[in-house]
Amino acid sequence: MDNAPAGSVRILTPSGMLGAGWDESTIERGLALGVDVITLDGGSTDSGPYYLGSSTPKTAAQAVARDLRSLLKAAARADVPLIIGSCGTSGTDSGVDWVAGLAAGVMAEEGLDLKVARIYSEQDAADLKEHLDAGRIHALPPLGELSAETLESCTHVVGMMGHEPIVEALEAGAQVILAGRATDTALAAAYPLLKGMPAGPTWHAAKIVECGGQATTNPRTGGVHTTIDATGFTIEPLDPETACTPRTVAAHMLYETVDPFQMREPDGTLDVRDAVYTALDERTVRVEGSRFHVADQHTVKLEGARITGYETMSFSAIRDPLILRDIDAWADLMRTMIRQWVSGTLGLADDEYAFDLRLYGHDAVLDDLEPESGPPREVGVMLLVDAADQATATAVAKLVNPLMLHLPTPAMGYLPSLAFPTSPAEVERGAAYEFVLNHVVDSPTPTSLFRIEYGVQR
Amino acid sequence: MTDPLTRPTSPTVADLAHEVRSKNAGPFWVTMELFMRDAAGYRVVADEEFINEDVVAGLYGVEASAVRIFRIPSLDVVKISFPRPVSQGSLRDRDVHAGQHHVPLALLRVPEGAPARG
Repeated sequence: MDNAPAGSVRILTPSGMLGAGWDESTIERGLALGVDVITLDGGSTDSGPYYLGSSTPKTAAQAVARDLRSLLKAAARADVPLIIGSCGTSGTDSGVDWVAGLAAGVMAEEGLDLKVARIYSEQDAADLKEHLDAGRIHALPPLGELSAETLESCTHVVGMMGHEPIVEALEAGAQVILAGRATDTALAAAYPLLKGMPAGPTWHAAKIVECGGQATTNPRTGGVHTTIDATGFTIEPLDPETACTPRTVAAHMLYETVDPFQMREPDGTLDVRDAVYTALDERTVRVEGSRFHVADQHTVKLEGARITGYETMSFSAIRDPLILRDIDAWADLMRTMIRQWVSGTLGLADDEYAFDLRLYGHDAVLDDLEPESGPPREVGVMLLVDAADQATATAVAKLVNPLMLHLPTPAMGYLPSLAFPTSPAEVERGAAYEFVLNHVVDSPTPTSLFRIEYGVQR
Repeated sequence: MTDPLTRPTSPTVADLAHEVRSKNAGPFWVTMELFMRDAAGYRVVADEEFINEDVVAGLYGVEASAVRIFRIPSLDVVKISFPRPVSQGSLRDRDVHAGQHHVPLALLRVPEGAPARG
């Protein structure tokens, strides 16, 4: 392992997420092809604000430890860096410590002694307020200007690092990098950039590999092997039966992006409008012509979540066709009755709680956007209640339990009994969160918002 | 297959597509792709008379000015992005990953006279 400039850099990306798992043959195949760095994403905002707001990982510790064992052994064997980002799903400081603790356990069991760097990306509201007051925080659409109150309301705020803090840790000799929140692309881009690869092909390749096998004909078969050089990059799947085609590689620029041609990174903008995708054989693709425009101002994107309230869920189900043929009227009556009972018994005004009544099997998923109609065969009725505290949310859900059990349609002259799937019917969901930041901060330096510590534990 | 006696005979966008999908693009945007089977299908959905910012705004209850449409003939793809109308994970969010919101677009019936299924 060395950091001297090279003619090419080979990246092994076994999967799209730490904890998702892979067949060990994917690693063996990658090592046989030759590898200079192993990179893997450990998180995302995609599963919602809870994971950042509560600083809780989405993945099971056993699954993460299993994947770390495979990765750490491979990195030691090949003597190459291992770079993992957005540790613990949201990339909070405790997420980094959680993954580092699992890595420490694996290394002790396997007798590995690798130099570890932990890069922390959690941001302090008071520090950010200084940036805000100095006019260095800017909104990204569709959000508006940031207020200090919004910043202070967040339970956790992270900054998305670019490649620079990772490069700094590599230059300091780290072989295993466990990063907090990072752009998906920074993980795969850092080592090639350190080794002198051109920015355009490097960032483009990094975007294509960020979801592992997603850019192949069969994403379920494992990851990808990518070689970046002075004029472009070459990519092939690790599974010999799977292919990369110009179409699968080009189409991955569409995945989870607003704009498929230009992507902003902290250091500038990847521009693939002139990229040319060529099949080298039936399963290997060459990409040239990607560009990277360095920005005048380096920026770090912020993510933050706050508690909106506390939720309690109730769930019942309807099979009787006499109710189902009149299901919208039944639901309207339910909403009216809930408001009456809550007002009458709990004395809560409409703005002191909120609820969402969802008719699964009828129109729950799309609600007002549902284009089709017709009587359903059965309907699951979910009542989700939100209030300022858990006790109030649960009181509302319990108060209306008789309605979830017995409410008839307006036309029925008797009380039906509906099908609760569980006892008790109510489930306390705890705090509910929302993302409130979609802003960038003009970073004083590309590394100043992040903290690097060496060693596997604090 | 739809029953020709009870349903309009005009195919849906999904009938002409290899895949229609939707997904979050970060917490504040949703993005959708129409992967069409061939160039003929692409021409149908890339036609601005058929699918445009106003049509998307009507299907999803969003502002037309915020809708971004990318027509990519080299991939036979039309990609559509707009700000997420419901905050992700909030009380009113019924689709945390926005992975089922392609359906209103996929079920659009293509205009009369457009090329038949390829």
